[in-house]
Amino acid sequence: MIGFLLRRLGLLIPTFIGVSLVAFFFIRMLPGDPVLLLAGERGLSPERYAELMSAFGFDQPLWKQYGLYIWDLLHGDFGTSISTKKPVFTEFFTLFPATLELSICAVIFATALGIPAGVIAAVKRGSGFDHTLMSTALIGYSMPIFWWALLLIIVFSSGLGWTPVSGRISLMFFFPKVTGFMLIDSLLSSQKGAFLSALSHLILPTIVLGTIPLAVIARQTRSAMLEVLGEDYIRTARAKGLSPVRVVAIHALRNALIPVITTIGLQVGTLMAGAILTETIFSWPGIGKWMVDSIFRRDYPSVQGGLVMIALIVMIVNLVVDALYGLVNPKIRHQR
Amino acid sequence: MPILEISNLSVDFRTAGGQFRAVDRVSLSIDAGEIVSIVGESGSGKSVSMLALMGLLPWTATVTADKMMFDGKDLLKLPARDRRRIVGKDMAMIFQEPMSSLNPCYTVGWQIEEMLKTHLDLPKVARKDRVVELLHLVGIPSPKERVNAYPHQMSGGMNQRVMIAMAIACNPKLLIADEPTTALDVTIQAQILDLLARLQRETGMALVLITHDMGVVAETAHRVSVQYAGQKVEEQPVATLFSDPHHPYTAALLSALPERATSEHLPSIPGVVPGQYDRPAGCLFGPRCDFATARCVEKAPLAQGALAGHALCHYPLSQGKPVGHPGPAAILEPRLSA
Ligand SMILES: Nc1ncnc2c1ncn2[C@@H]1O[C@H](COP(=O)(O)OP(=O)(O)OP(=O)(O)O)[C@@H](O)[C@H]1O
Ligand SMILES: [Mg+2]
Repeated sequence: MIGFLLRRLGLLIPTFIGVSLVAFFFIRMLPGDPVLLLAGERGLSPERYAELMSAFGFDQPLWKQYGLYIWDLLHGDFGTSISTKKPVFTEFFTLFPATLELSICAVIFATALGIPAGVIAAVKRGSGFDHTLMSTALIGYSMPIFWWALLLIIVFSSGLGWTPVSGRISLMFFFPKVTGFMLIDSLLSSQKGAFLSALSHLILPTIVLGTIPLAVIARQTRSAMLEVLGEDYIRTARAKGLSPVRVVAIHALRNALIPVITTIGLQVGTLMAGAILTETIFSWPGIGKWMVDSIFRRDYPSVQGGLVMIALIVMIVNLVVDALYGLVNPKIRHQR
Repeated sequence: MPILEISNLSVDFRTAGGQFRAVDRVSLSIDAGEIVSIVGESGSGKSVSMLALMGLLPWTATVTADKMMFDGKDLLKLPARDRRRIVGKDMAMIFQEPMSSLNPCYTVGWQIEEMLKTHLDLPKVARKDRVVELLHLVGIPSPKERVNAYPHQMSGGMNQRVMIAMAIACNPKLLIADEPTTALDVTIQAQILDLLARLQRETGMALVLITHDMGVVAETAHRVSVQYAGQKVEEQPVATLFSDPHHPYTAALLSALPERATSEHLPSIPGVVPGQYDRPAGCLFGPRCDFATARCVEKAPLAQGALAGHALCHYPLSQGKPVGHPGPAAILEPRLSA
């Protein structure tokens, strides 16, 4: 098991180099540069432009810039944002809790609904519930996120007025940041209504961000359960005189969860991509929105640093998932 | 006083090609402490009939019977919940594939203990002790350590021993062993059979042994039920079955035994068991029978009396001679029988 994790850790290095390369060149492929955008409509004299470009080091050859960037990265320096002049690392982790809170809620939403739905569909295979669930999942999977978000906003925010349209909490409330998680901080502040306000702000973004993972998890759970329910050991469990609920929940589900956990882990990448759209639509002050803003400002260090950081997080989560996988699957645990 | 009485058990499967009768009016009665063997070719409904008894068939199966009494309880009338109190406790079953019949996610100790927990009211410590005792009883070395092993860490033979330990955990009155040795090495096969026979002697439980292997039958069983294409074609005590088979199919099975071979070639029964789409109207064995006449093709036979081994045949054999047979001229497709 330890050797297995070490090997997976070793795989991180080439992935890391790849991501840093993509991040570095991708942002430079976009027309325009940060200095021009900083200057705005007033424009800039050619001398001042050249001066600023060399101050940021953008006049150097690309390979040199890249070398310097990697050198700094390896020393833990993610650079300084051009637009805010703050370290990218600080910026990132100031905003990251908002994204993390949203992503965790989305995963909980998707798992809490997806696994039971998939299990019931498998147990009642071919029933009306099964057909309905599978077609709904297909729709959920193929629906464009922004369209789905706008639809929900039109119905629940504008139409019914049940949920707020944007932000993380009503402007009425103010309290110090402790964990960065609005749900927890609002509780800690013990201000009346703060928690409910934070919660109501979370509902629509959570649903929007969790929809694709929900569809994927439900389908994967169903197919894994169908396979497991046909196994010999399920017949053995029934031959023991166990109740049908126990057979499904204790004997089938545990085995079916093995592939499902991998699927959930793989959704982290999807979540990060979804977060960019979701946060932009709901003005959610997380790293998704920050990345979009940084791209518009051609803030090279922020985009580079942000992408690398996101990639690192995705890789670490996948590693944790692999470790978890070993925990639920004794066969893997003993192999290595 | 029989512990199990089944009469006219039928099982129909709903399949893509329509209804398929896998078990056709099979009757079986087993006394306490008796070893009954069910033999027959692949697809003859041996497993399905016993799965029906255990209530383990999928929803596509329809089970009907005139009578299904176990230990004084009418299984046909018992609600599912009450039936589950019997299944696993008084009536247990082990299967052909020991490697895939145990749950890969749980230790073998846990899986045996689950059986005790479900059916018996034992305190935790007593349960743990009983698990070790059971592992010891089925001949697993260093049972205290093995409790924590996962199925994939053990061999097929060891896993089958675990399955047996689990099945006898609650001292069942009837154990059904469905080809318990087919998937194992020859040397291990003998050990597992010895173990089953020993446990049966020691506990006095009734044992149903499903097998293809006539050698196993000869060594272990008291009584034999022969199944063909879902029907019971003969039932006899083991000694007379071997000395004087009454159904031509049984006779063919016996002469197909390697040790009874009269030529250099391994004998076999020509033809195959009829499937879903080629079931004959008359006697199901007719197309493969050396004695089949026009009557066999036209009319399904009724079972003979106990004296003729309940043979499902128009002309049951007696010392190898078909009784009441009109003679060789009436045989439709004479084959060169040995
Ligand atoms: N779930 C099912 N659905 C449809 N048909 C089935 C099902 N299970 C078994 N059958 C059919 O029922 C018939 C009897 O099967 P069964 O497993 O009882 O045979 P068997 O005598 O145990 O054979 P073997 O020696 O191969 O174990 C076979 O033709 C099989 O294809
Ligand atoms: Mg079988």
